[in-house]
Amino acid sequence: MSASAASLDQRPIVKSGASADRTFQLITAGAAWFVLILLAGIAASMAWGGRLAFKTFGWRFVTSPDWDAVGGHFGALVPIYGTLVTSAIALLIAVPVSIGIALFLTDIAPRWTRGPIAIAIELLAAIPSIIYGMWGLFVFAPFMAAHVEPWLSDHLGGNAIVGPLFSGPPIGIGMLTAGIVLGIMVIPFIAAVAREVFSAVPAPLRESAVALGSTRWEVLRSVTLPYTRSAMIGAIFLGLGRALGETMAVTFVLGNAHDLSASLLMPSNSIAAAIANEFTEADTDLYRSSLIALGFLLFVVTFIVLSIAKLLLMRINKQMGRTH
Amino acid sequence: MAIPARRRIADVVAFVFATAATVFGLFWLAWILWITFREGAAALTPSLFTQMTPPPGSSGGILNALYGSAVMILLGVLIGTPIGVAAGTYLAEHGRYTRIAAAVSFINDILLSAPSIVIGLFIYELVVRNAGHFSGFAGALSLAIILLPIVVRTTQESLLLIPDTMREAGFALGMPRWRVTRQILYKAAMSAILTGILLGIARIAGETAPLLFTALNNQFWSANLNAPLANLPVVIFQYAMSPYDEWHTLAWAGAFVLTAFVLLLNILVRLIARKGKQ
Repeated sequence: MSASAASLDQRPIVKSGASADRTFQLITAGAAWFVLILLAGIAASMAWGGRLAFKTFGWRFVTSPDWDAVGGHFGALVPIYGTLVTSAIALLIAVPVSIGIALFLTDIAPRWTRGPIAIAIELLAAIPSIIYGMWGLFVFAPFMAAHVEPWLSDHLGGNAIVGPLFSGPPIGIGMLTAGIVLGIMVIPFIAAVAREVFSAVPAPLRESAVALGSTRWEVLRSVTLPYTRSAMIGAIFLGLGRALGETMAVTFVLGNAHDLSASLLMPSNSIAAAIANEFTEADTDLYRSSLIALGFLLFVVTFIVLSIAKLLLMRINKQMGRTH
Repeated sequence: MAIPARRRIADVVAFVFATAATVFGLFWLAWILWITFREGAAALTPSLFTQMTPPPGSSGGILNALYGSAVMILLGVLIGTPIGVAAGTYLAEHGRYTRIAAAVSFINDILLSAPSIVIGLFIYELVVRNAGHFSGFAGALSLAIILLPIVVRTTQESLLLIPDTMREAGFALGMPRWRVTRQILYKAAMSAILTGILLGIARIAGETAPLLFTALNNQFWSANLNAPLANLPVVIFQYAMSPYDEWHTLAWAGAFVLTAFVLLLNILVRLIARKGKQ
């Protein structure tokens, strides 16, 4: 670097600056393009790797529940269903909890505790997902099997409407456990955005509501939530994107079963868990291609979900006067 | 004027709910950490750091896995950081306000949250399938791809925080733009970029999914990057899923080491960042 700088210095200043500038700009622009090419490359290689499965099965790949490695039939309905159900459970838990945490951190907590509590919640996101998985398998699933699931099947299993969701043996491993673990994992992501946008609500708006006699709950319901609605939906989609693609924690507690079952207490599968469990065992081209096709589906769905999240969050950033 | 009881009760309920939600979040953190440290501390032995991963039924350590993880993280940082800093520089400097920068910024945020298992599949298709075998190098590449968007984002953000007057001061001295960037902006943004890289290391240290079918695993000591390489996350995964008690113990020990490393790095980074702000 220093040698080239020295040789450049002998040329007229303006010219040397211009040509070195162009080189520098080309390098950085190339790196930026690399990010775009990388994403396109990932999508293309998933589509290419999965082409055999898509060609062989067509639409049946996403509508058929048969996943038979020996017979060579691969339908992804069970992993798709499991992914959607566990993510839905995760959001049902994480969204209200995250809003509560954001409210607590912006309105209720004593000022000096806000920083440490926010960091502790952020640390939930720092714990590697494999640790969630181990804890889930060795501690949380047995806990669910011993205490929560028997109660659920006793009290709700006989119910005409929700009964089928809670029937079956309490084995701990299953969609409910996986959904709860996922919920815990996405709380920090949703809570961080919620807290940020809550504290960005203009003070005059909130103060006006208070001056009109609103209680804290009424300020949240009638001012803060409506004002931050699009950003909150963005935050929820961000959490959804995380939940859909989460692999290791789910792999541990979902049970890798390829049976379609309405009960949340039964083992199931998810797209990411199926890939993690079976990819190194896939011994035929069609098997491997089917798993990569699953990866393609996962990538496309998370891309759409995360794009929606980003678009919604960009809007609030603009409102808050930020350009990036 | 007294607030009607119904509204007052709604307010108290909201207050209690928000507090309970925070306790709920902290409760899981405490539970998971407590279990990891209790089980892990019981499993800690000196041989953990001196012996290789054992076959079923015998005792051993995780030295080869620690080494493999360290090498892959280091290599991932060496590959991902320069590209990430360059791309982040373009977004904040030359490319600022351009459409391409807006697009890259958008895509980068999606890569930031993209499922890491898909990145593992990508590297499998790109490298492992063409090479015909799993390798530590492929594992390092997939870690680099996960690190890349983190570095891009922090570089972009920390450069944008630098006031334009600093750039103008450089230009006024007749410095070409690349010198302004290298000698003024990078110096000012250095600690923020380093913070981002450290957080990125904490993130890729625990990544398991992308290593499952790139680096795979290796029961023995190997320093060959062109062959399957042992690594901590996959060892934890395989040993935890196994039916053997000795392996479970080792998995907890590995989980303890990994969690302690990741948490310490996170807390350290936050302390440094806070000091920088004051």
